[in-house]
Amino acid sequence: MTEVVLTAERITKTFTGVTALNDVSFDIHAGEVHALMGENGAGKSTLMKVLSGVYHPNAGAIHHRGELVNFTSPRDARDRGILLVHQELSLSPELSVAENVYLGAWPTNRFGVLKKKELHEKTQAALDSLGCNFGPDVRVGTLSIAKQQMVEIARVQAFNANVVIFDEPTASLTESEKEQLFIAIRRLRERGVGIVYISHKMDEIFEITDRITVLRDGELQGTVNTRDVDMAQITRMMIGRDLDQFFHRAQGAAGRDVLEVRHLEKEGLFSDINFKVRAGEVLGLYGLIGAGRSEVAETIFGVRQPDSGQVIFDGEEVDFASPKDAIEKGMALVPESRKEQGLILGMGGRVNITLPHLNLFSKMGISDTKKELEVFNYYREQLEIKTTGPEQPLSDLSGGNQQKFVLAKWLCADPKLIILDEPTRGIDVGSKSSIHKIIAGLAEKGLAVIVISSEMPEVIGVSNRILAMANGRLVGEFSGDDMTEENLINAVSEVPLESASQPSPDDKTKIHELKRTAP
Amino acid sequence: MSKTISSAGFQGVSVQPKPLRRTFMLLAEQHIWVFLGLSLLLFSLASPYFLTLNNMSNLLTQAAFIGLLAIGMTLVMINGEIDLSVGATLALACALAVGLQSSIGVWPAIFVALCSGAVMGLINGTLLALSGMHSFIITLGALIGIRGIVFIYTGESALMVEDFSYTEIVEVYLGPVSLTALIFLGFAAFFQWMLTCTKHGREAFAVGDNAKSAHEAGIRVKRHKVINFVLCGTLAAIAGVLLSMRLGTAEPNAGKIWELWAIIAVVLGGTRLQGGWGSVWKTVGGVLTLAVLRNGLSLLNTPNYIELMVMGAVLVLALVIDKVLGFGHSK
Amino acid sequence: MLAFAVFLLVTSLYAPTFLSPGNILDVIRQVSITGLIAIGVTFVVITGRLDLSVGSMLTLLTVIMVDQHNQVGPAMAMAITLLVGALIGAVNGFLVGYMKLNALIVTLAMLSFLQGVTLFYSGGSNVNVADAQTTWFRFFGRGELLGIPAPVWIFVGTAFIASFFLLKTNFGRGIYAVGGNETTSRFSGVQTQKVVFSAYVLSGLATALAAIIMGSRVMGAQNTIGQGYELTVLAGIILGGTSLMGGSGTIWRTVLGISMLGFVQNGLLLLGYPYYVQWLVTWMVIILAVWVDLAAKRGKVFA
Repeated sequence: MTEVVLTAERITKTFTGVTALNDVSFDIHAGEVHALMGENGAGKSTLMKVLSGVYHPNAGAIHHRGELVNFTSPRDARDRGILLVHQELSLSPELSVAENVYLGAWPTNRFGVLKKKELHEKTQAALDSLGCNFGPDVRVGTLSIAKQQMVEIARVQAFNANVVIFDEPTASLTESEKEQLFIAIRRLRERGVGIVYISHKMDEIFEITDRITVLRDGELQGTVNTRDVDMAQITRMMIGRDLDQFFHRAQGAAGRDVLEVRHLEKEGLFSDINFKVRAGEVLGLYGLIGAGRSEVAETIFGVRQPDSGQVIFDGEEVDFASPKDAIEKGMALVPESRKEQGLILGMGGRVNITLPHLNLFSKMGISDTKKELEVFNYYREQLEIKTTGPEQPLSDLSGGNQQKFVLAKWLCADPKLIILDEPTRGIDVGSKSSIHKIIAGLAEKGLAVIVISSEMPEVIGVSNRILAMANGRLVGEFSGDDMTEENLINAVSEVPLESASQPSPDDKTKIHELKRTAP
Repeated sequence: MSKTISSAGFQGVSVQPKPLRRTFMLLAEQHIWVFLGLSLLLFSLASPYFLTLNNMSNLLTQAAFIGLLAIGMTLVMINGEIDLSVGATLALACALAVGLQSSIGVWPAIFVALCSGAVMGLINGTLLALSGMHSFIITLGALIGIRGIVFIYTGESALMVEDFSYTEIVEVYLGPVSLTALIFLGFAAFFQWMLTCTKHGREAFAVGDNAKSAHEAGIRVKRHKVINFVLCGTLAAIAGVLLSMRLGTAEPNAGKIWELWAIIAVVLGGTRLQGGWGSVWKTVGGVLTLAVLRNGLSLLNTPNYIELMVMGAVLVLALVIDKVLGFGHSK
Repeated sequence: MLAFAVFLLVTSLYAPTFLSPGNILDVIRQVSITGLIAIGVTFVVITGRLDLSVGSMLTLLTVIMVDQHNQVGPAMAMAITLLVGALIGAVNGFLVGYMKLNALIVTLAMLSFLQGVTLFYSGGSNVNVADAQTTWFRFFGRGELLGIPAPVWIFVGTAFIASFFLLKTNFGRGIYAVGGNETTSRFSGVQTQKVVFSAYVLSGLATALAAIIMGSRVMGAQNTIGQGYELTVLAGIILGGTSLMGGSGTIWRTVLGISMLGFVQNGLLLLGYPYYVQWLVTWMVIILAVWVDLAAKRGKVFA
């Protein structure tokens, strides 16, 4: 066996009474990719922050290359060669690539003046070894997200890191960018760097990692060799039950057409989108991130206006100028980002639920608080939401409970069509299952439902019919036994990539905005 | 699959704009110089007295006071903070420099005045670091409070220098350029250099863009911000001392709402309120544009309300340009 | 809050008239102009934006009020003042709400612009009400109803109405929602641009009301009469605990904050300090109040 670079022994970390990690041990070998898995709130991020010096553990010891270490800041950890590559990129767009790579450790003379030449040369070397095709003096703000990620990885090279922690590195990458990232990770592995890889995505874990450690509720569930296990076993370790019972598919005959989309087009985002959704069916819309799915949904809902095409809703052609119009006609959209688009986290459940339908909960513009409370209590019971009361800020709740509030918010006005964009992203497996159950129930009650998801098992598990989307186009329709992972993968990868990697300026600003607003 | 990888890879997004568009973008990014050029042109056509050596020299000297405030403001704003108290700090330094010289001598008085600016900056910065309040609130308080201190010190009437040789200290010219203007330009050059070539300067951008990641990269964010507030306060005090030399008096209301003018100059120069972006150089452009507008309009004998209205309009125009070109991040 | 109570107590020990009903009414009357403006600006602040133009706006509107009073009579003059106030608010609201420009800069620009407009309108000279002793317009600033000064009635009445609108109506809900999370509000069918626009219009209207009282009280207007009000107003709002980030705050907190400033000012005057000492105290009070508030929220004194 190879050398052990970093070990964490019996780590315990509590936050004001809540135990985030309990007696967890973990080690990383040189030249391995070690996956860390667990549901949200299982303690993965906490463990990584302990290892990289962001948090100080309440109990336990960390050994680096055999020495007991005591990190008081991320800088201590970095000085020993332990680096964290964040989920949200942490680069400064106004600084150059070189300045970002060496952020916090710039070579200077004794008056604090930068030695630019030295900085340039050192960075160039790091970039070359990763096979990057951009120079050290480019402003980072002008690079694509994928390139920016390579800048982060160049830090690994620059600081001669021996342990690198990747926290959900593929969250905003396209499939091809992901492959490029994996090539870089493999190079690091060959050089003997110990790599921790945190991800929710099972296929990635099995593709790239050597060992897997699973956490649940802050406790260690075990460490296994990747080649000795299969997905089902890992899932059982993560949730303590089998995968099969997760999915609930709507059972019932589809009725009349509720929504029909004809030749919908928005330049740079999507083109020639045609489909129908019927009452009582769940239509899955599968595609990778960046395929244009959310944009189609937002266009139908009136958040954006299409360049051309028709939307026929409930028998009449509609042209929504804003979501307000769509809501009034009986449409609902559970947006992609709970935090930024779905809820007002600083406010309570009552206010959040009734926000889209204030007319229903007021008389002559004056709020009817009693009615609001009735609705709040109804959904709290129906959806089994755990909250202390109608005014408790939603920021205090778990992701799963927050998502149930988003559902309640859109269900309380009895929409005819509900579009759910990544309805279970970032929520724990238990809540996922109950949200799937709710989705099936909606269709059985006669709603038309569209579920957008990039998780294949989910989209196959809940849909009656699936549309595949790639590069702004619909590329396949599947139903019944054709709804298999193979078919979906084939459909979305058989597209010529001419337009694939050129996000419109719109997209870039969107990404930038997301980054800015990230906490 | 493998084919798509190599083709898409990291070639990524860099869509090359057409040359015309690129020139346009460049002009747009440097729009402050376009503004400045246009206003220079306009006024030299409109008034024969405008583009004279004498007037230009005068203009530079007038610009220096707001200019010094604006340099400090730029540093603070690149950090994503704001300092509303610079006008009051200027008045304090002005009052101390004039008030103390009869008892402790001219140079010690100037020294104390400069220190007062540094101390005010230190108070603002320390409060920011310790409390975690927004600098808008902290310095809004300081703006009111420091003005109070000035009034307590001076009473309600202006202080006068007893020995008018004091006002001759700044009557030094390098060619047509006054010492005051030289000090302003010197500091501008120095801080521009600092922002582009030193560790502290480059850190300012990292801190302003994302304080958390800067902290995690080992930059001492709080200390960094305190330093910038001290610099900003000191620059305000320098402006105050220079003002006292120019006027020979210290009015308790000196520098009132100059903080707003400084912000206007900085924003005209394209520095964003959100931080992480900006340059002292362009701030100088903003300061000069303001000065040209004020000077030019008064040469044309336009009533001063025109000046105020034009200023407001120009500011909104700058915002609109920023927005239209897609650089804007409105809150 | 505790510190404020201690201040009230100590001051009343040294200046026995401080907590007499007469003096309390007097303080409320004094703060009614700032308070009225603050009520309007509170709407804007809850949407997560700022309005720095209210000081200049107060100047301009007071000048208009007084001047028009001489020309078209009190009733028309008041109508014109309110209309102009709403109009200026609408311009701010258009630029910030619909054009999505930065609120701080836009209202700063408006501050400068309105100063210009004021000088343009007045020609640089002061204006006075010609028939100051006889006009019924004097009621708003100088009159009394049931022993309580008219400005207090107007101030408190407006506070009640504003509070009702903010807390009990769909309109108010929209204001909070936009401040809480603008994107979510848009996705929920709230017309965010319209909400922001209306908030600025309200701010303009409230300032117009303040200008009417100001004009009636002074029976004249100088070109700098409103200078610095924008900062006092903000100080009061912040003191009341309304967050500049938006999404929280109430009218009553603003009224409380403004009144606290008023009592500090009045108390210091009664204790025989010159008026500018209050500024120094205001500084300390703001820092202390906001810091304590913040410390309580995060459970830690230092950041």
